[in-house]
Amino acid sequence: MELYVSEFSKYVIALLLIFYTYECFAVFRFEEEAQRKGIYIRQNLFMFLFHFSCFLVICFETSDITYLFFYAFQQIILYAAIVLYHMLYPKTNRLIINNMCMLLIIGFVILTRFGIEKAVKQFIIVTGSLVIALIIPFFVHKFKFLKNLKWIYAAVGIAALSVVMILGQTTYGSKLSYSIAGLTFQPSEFVKILFVFFVASALYEASGFFEVFTTAVVAAAHVIILVISKDLGSALIFFVVYVLMVFVATRNFLYVIAGLFGGSGAAYIAYRVFTHVQVRVQAWKDPWSVIDSAGYQITQSLFAISSGGWFGLGLYKGRPDDIPFVEADFIFSAIAEELGILVAVCLILICVSCFVMFMNISAGISDKFYQLTAFGLGVTYIFQVFLTIGGGSKFIPLTGVTLPLVSYGGSSVLTTLIMFAVIEGLHIVKQEEEELRKRGERKVRRKRKPVIDEMEDLSGDEIEKEE
Amino acid sequence: MKKRNENKKNKKKNREIRIITWGFVVLFLCMAGYITYYSVTNHQELINNSYNGRQQALLAQNVRGRIYSGDGIILAQTITDEEGKETREYPYQNLFAHVVGYAVNGRMGIESQANYYLINSNAPLSEKAALDISGAKYPGDDVYTTLNVELQQVASTALGIYQGAIIVSEPESGKILAMVSKPDFNPEEILDIWDELIADKESSILLNRVTQGLYPPGSTFKIVTALEYIKENKDTYQNYSYNCTGAITRGEERIQCYHGSVHGTVNFNRSFAKSCNSSFANIGLSLDRQLFQDTLEELLFNQSLDLPFTTGTSRVEVSEQTSEGDMMQISIGQGTTGITPLWLNMLTCAIANDGTAMKPYVVDYVQNSAGTRIKTFSPAVYGKLMEEQEAEILSGLMRDVVEEGTASRLSGLSYTAAGKTGSAEYGTVKGDSHAWFTGFAPAENPQICVTIIIEGAGAGGDYAVPIAKRIFDAYFEG
Repeated sequence: MELYVSEFSKYVIALLLIFYTYECFAVFRFEEEAQRKGIYIRQNLFMFLFHFSCFLVICFETSDITYLFFYAFQQIILYAAIVLYHMLYPKTNRLIINNMCMLLIIGFVILTRFGIEKAVKQFIIVTGSLVIALIIPFFVHKFKFLKNLKWIYAAVGIAALSVVMILGQTTYGSKLSYSIAGLTFQPSEFVKILFVFFVASALYEASGFFEVFTTAVVAAAHVIILVISKDLGSALIFFVVYVLMVFVATRNFLYVIAGLFGGSGAAYIAYRVFTHVQVRVQAWKDPWSVIDSAGYQITQSLFAISSGGWFGLGLYKGRPDDIPFVEADFIFSAIAEELGILVAVCLILICVSCFVMFMNISAGISDKFYQLTAFGLGVTYIFQVFLTIGGGSKFIPLTGVTLPLVSYGGSSVLTTLIMFAVIEGLHIVKQEEEELRKRGERKVRRKRKPVIDEMEDLSGDEIEKEE
Repeated sequence: MKKRNENKKNKKKNREIRIITWGFVVLFLCMAGYITYYSVTNHQELINNSYNGRQQALLAQNVRGRIYSGDGIILAQTITDEEGKETREYPYQNLFAHVVGYAVNGRMGIESQANYYLINSNAPLSEKAALDISGAKYPGDDVYTTLNVELQQVASTALGIYQGAIIVSEPESGKILAMVSKPDFNPEEILDIWDELIADKESSILLNRVTQGLYPPGSTFKIVTALEYIKENKDTYQNYSYNCTGAITRGEERIQCYHGSVHGTVNFNRSFAKSCNSSFANIGLSLDRQLFQDTLEELLFNQSLDLPFTTGTSRVEVSEQTSEGDMMQISIGQGTTGITPLWLNMLTCAIANDGTAMKPYVVDYVQNSAGTRIKTFSPAVYGKLMEEQEAEILSGLMRDVVEEGTASRLSGLSYTAAGKTGSAEYGTVKGDSHAWFTGFAPAENPQICVTIIIEGAGAGGDYAVPIAKRIFDAYFEG
């Protein structure tokens, strides 16, 4: 019986996620949230069935029915989040909320499979983070002064990173975190958000050479501190986010080229100077030759990715524990092994779907500050996903960052939920801009009915001034 | 209309954001494609890696599958006693030692090559469910080989106490019917005799001499020399004539015919049939070194073979700088040239198969416990080693070896054989030689191909040819 359940469920689980993922992209066929309602409801249904099937398998495999209680709690919290968000902010983007919950569900399932203790800890952190995330959209679209705090963002960010560099404990060769009252914080996670706000507030008004230069100095300070702390993954994220934000702000492709050259030069110097960079590159180029030492993690990760096949070995049937730090840095490999390549690819696509929606929101906002913020956060998110999945599958060298919302880790999940919430706030900003524009259009139409063509010259900014 | 215009303008305004969006989307699609491709193509290889703990996990879950001969006789199986202790049994003990191999202290032979299939179980769900209830392990999938127990027995018995190697295969398909390497061992006792085997450097018992043993080719190399001569002298090779006085001298180097024979005036066919060293050294001197190198390359020299089992690399050194003396030595298969019996068998098969070498293979198909085939390995072309016409000429030359040359013990039988003998001198004592024979039968429609080497026995015609006869007899009459 148990065997039939686990064999049959593999296909059901993969299929449900494929349906869900399909809807993630079907959303983009429609312009208006109202038209997408059916899709969102179907998504919620697939989520629910996926979540339930996974926990049913967990109960069967462990012969422990109490997991269903844990499932029930998760279910309540996640659906409360979906419903409350919708009630408090009718103008939210529901795709982002759904994807956020879906990724959390995948994380809960795989973490529960690793061990109930960490899963419960993660669940508590997620619950707290969701409460915080619930109020953030309000602040984002009400507090207009967020635009004016650029030096505060920079100062707080650099200070937080420096404190860690100087005082922080060493975790596995890199100084990443410090503890307050038993809770371990990894400030580089939170500083990512501050950094995006800093760049956006510094460049939204003017983005001439002077502005770019001053922000570059601050960005370099962030990156250098992180490199010294040996947090190469975060350093790379800050760098890429900065270059791409400058590109969007200035609309000048030369900055990307300059960034590319500068980045390559810096990477080369880092490679020559730091032995830990050399070790990482070596382990990427040929992990099999250093399988005992530097290549151990990545080869174990590759074993996991390659052993699952299309539909996976089934929950509890793989050997994720063979990979060191599987719950943080290599969770994708464990998912690929036990839930299969199809689920793993769907997971990648769900992340891409989030990113595309973030970019859509960014492109739809006229206010440059908000636009840059949405863009920067989106790039931060997707580039981190790229680093962790690409690193764990030997697509790129390993940098050791977490898979947002799925991996175990309080700082990571809290930061990502805040990021998602900020973007929801920005979506509300966008919706309100659109409403204003429509209202303005109606006004104009009444005034100058015959001259329709001229209306097209009205950009959002002008309408805002009219307000 | 208005809306579309607005969209267009919006798009233009946000060109940068669109570019970045598409950039990441493409990047992620590449990554997803890469991960899928990687996991599917490396699945088996990675499971077999000794650092991969999943092997042990699979063995804890499944009983290692059986290995069968082509006619369904068990060559290896795992027996579980009442206490659940598993032992791997090899009913024929030493007979299939190298080709079937062993699965403790590392792995060898088919046990290694087909390990992935043996440790996985594709038993039907209903059977697995029933086994779950009784608490037993699942049956691993069974591997069916191309091996023929009778031919293996004949070959092994014929080789007797000699050290050496025999391979029997089908030229048309590449199926390996028998593979004997001696000295051998009993795979059931591998744990007890392990230290002894490792300590014994001299006879290298664990080495599969068929696939990994490197021997001087001796006169069997004249097949290669002859092929090159035919290639370079398409229309005139039949006019070749040489007067053998028992030896040929160039500078310091003196090549003698085997056992001091004097062959008199010989043409091309007779030089080959009688295996006249002097004449072939003479032919070797006429060869274009550059063209010869190309031919050797085409014949898979100096390159590792792309096969699913470990093989030695047959090597020969020819360059523009090769001296005349070395050219003479190379032409008759002496000097630094080394070949594996497997390679010579592939070459012979190619001659028997119109110039096309098939991939030699020994794992035929994999079947689950309910008799459903999980995986079938089909014959595959390894490569075209020579033109059809050249293969035909070589085949004729090899036919003459049997009819009027050094393999005459194979003439006048119910089947027609063709082949080439060799007596490869080794070591410093003159006259110590390995006996070679490689050939096929029936000559007009080749069905099997045999390659034999007997270490230190003497002349190929005296020692290797009779073994070939016993194998052909067993195949065609037995």
